[in-house]
Amino acid sequence: MAVEQVQEVRSPRALVWQRRRASAATHWRTFRRDRQGMVGLGILSFFVVVAIVGPMFIDPAAIEPATADGPLLAPPSIDYPLGTDNFGRSVLLLMVQGARISLLVGFTAAFGTMLIGSSIGITAGYFGGTRVDTMLNAVTNWFLVLPWIALAIALTAVIGPTLVNVIVVIAITSWASTARLVRSQSLSVKERPFMERSRALGAGHWHMITRHVLPNVFPILFANAVLMIALAILSETTLSILGLGPANAISWGRIIDDSFSAGALSAGWWWWLIPPGVAIMLVTLSFTMVGFALDEVLSPRLRSR
Amino acid sequence: MGARRYVGRKFLQALLTLAFVLTFNFVLFRVLPGDPVGLLARSQRLTEQDVAALQAELGLDQPIARQFVTYAGQTLTGNLGVSLRSAREVTATIWSRIGPTVLLVGLGTLFATVIGIWIGIKGGWRRGSTFDTTSLYGSLALYSIPEGWLGMLLLLVLSGMLGLFPAGGFETGGETGVARLVDVLDHLFLPVLTLTLGYVGQYAIIMRSSMIDVTHEDYVTSARAKGVPEHLVRRNHVVPNAFLPTFTLIFLNFGFVLGGAIVVEAVFSWPGLGLLTYDAINQLDYPVIQGVFLLSSAAVIAFNLVADITYGYLDPRVREA
Repeated sequence: MAVEQVQEVRSPRALVWQRRRASAATHWRTFRRDRQGMVGLGILSFFVVVAIVGPMFIDPAAIEPATADGPLLAPPSIDYPLGTDNFGRSVLLLMVQGARISLLVGFTAAFGTMLIGSSIGITAGYFGGTRVDTMLNAVTNWFLVLPWIALAIALTAVIGPTLVNVIVVIAITSWASTARLVRSQSLSVKERPFMERSRALGAGHWHMITRHVLPNVFPILFANAVLMIALAILSETTLSILGLGPANAISWGRIIDDSFSAGALSAGWWWWLIPPGVAIMLVTLSFTMVGFALDEVLSPRLRSR
Repeated sequence: MGARRYVGRKFLQALLTLAFVLTFNFVLFRVLPGDPVGLLARSQRLTEQDVAALQAELGLDQPIARQFVTYAGQTLTGNLGVSLRSAREVTATIWSRIGPTVLLVGLGTLFATVIGIWIGIKGGWRRGSTFDTTSLYGSLALYSIPEGWLGMLLLLVLSGMLGLFPAGGFETGGETGVARLVDVLDHLFLPVLTLTLGYVGQYAIIMRSSMIDVTHEDYVTSARAKGVPEHLVRRNHVVPNAFLPTFTLIFLNFGFVLGGAIVVEAVFSWPGLGLLTYDAINQLDYPVIQGVFLLSSAAVIAFNLVADITYGYLDPRVREA
């Protein structure tokens, strides 16, 4: 870049960050041209704002079963735009609170997935071909094969369905595909000439992994993380419907489960059952669209086609 | 690598994975927060004498290594313990529930793959056409819907509001012969529809993208250059090769379909393994949960083995990897 040459001498770290900022800006310009990705990002921004700001305006007593004072199971009206549930709670308020919990589960579980998956994947790939790799790869393959739902049910049943446990269980059951993806990318990074140069200059394993492999794996990891958030939200819904959702928090999946358990299907309380499912679908779809768009922006192989 | 060595290696890997599942199951339910008796005590309120008696009965006063040997021996001979609620043997209970699940998962997978692959071939071949764009967005939307909720929605509208289908279960009861078959199919329709809709999108997306990959291969260009008509290029050169990755996915996806089936069975009260699991979760019936975990893992491992071996046969290149 021409700009860098006219500037005064800076530390290598500052230069690296400057280059990263420039590259992020280029990617953002490419991303902005992707209509599908931008629509997804728009819908997501709406839900994220609702999840962060919304609950601040909710009186906790209004969504507490014992203190809610609305009519029971009332269909949508002006006072209750999405009707009420069997405790007289406004479904709209439950949805706003649910947005916070569902997105929280999605983001933190995906973060956990990335943390486990990328550490195992990078280590395996960096030490590719050695005994470390063989061992980590075997563990990864085991977890890839295990049916996630059976593993998640067994784990949650034993450690108990709290919010934190559900997040941990989702992370533990979904890291393997990330690890495999990161491993294959790390294997190819490892063979590039700058790695040999760095080794010749005396870099240790830690330096090589964090300064050279990780930054090169990061774009793929980022796109994968976005798709994993969608998967985590769907997983939480599945667990909730099976009665293994976070018992101490209201998530969208929990609202679905509550309405199902209360008999919404035969009684026709559609206003209680439909909104959480639609919200999950919209959010999952948006994350998927953003993830696909990021994949195209960040991996030039796809873009050229 | 020779075909025999390839099969042998895959078989060994499957056995190792199975051993891992066995160990994992043992560790999970014995070493984590509470042993089986502790878990039972939590759910049933037992006195200290009860706990001690149960521990002796289940062999939990033995050293851990001996417990593992006993456990492994029992599991391998098909003894999965006794249900805490029904007092029936877990193996017998599971055995009686396999039929309905196989029926549901089998039909759902069949429809989802056939329809998904058809959509994928059509869309991938004419990339960017109206059909392609519509089906791609449709597939993405279907992928984003939680299966359980989709089932509930179908029940709410088609059964609860319109009364077109029964509200769940395997059969109404009291019917015989052809009338019974019709009745079961009537009960089967919505759960199968839910599973089909839930998975058709994934197969369509995979088939589409592998069609697009293959269309850029050199042999497709040469086929066109030597004058092969387009429909024959598609049928003889593109589709068979594009089908390979989708084929593995069908088998690899089996674990996910099983998960979907558990939720769908719970929603439709379909009396298979899923409903059994759902009831076991709600009753904290740990031996049953363990049994289903073992069985479904073993099934998925077996399916992966079949997929690996068939794939190695269909595409000899993977045997070298």
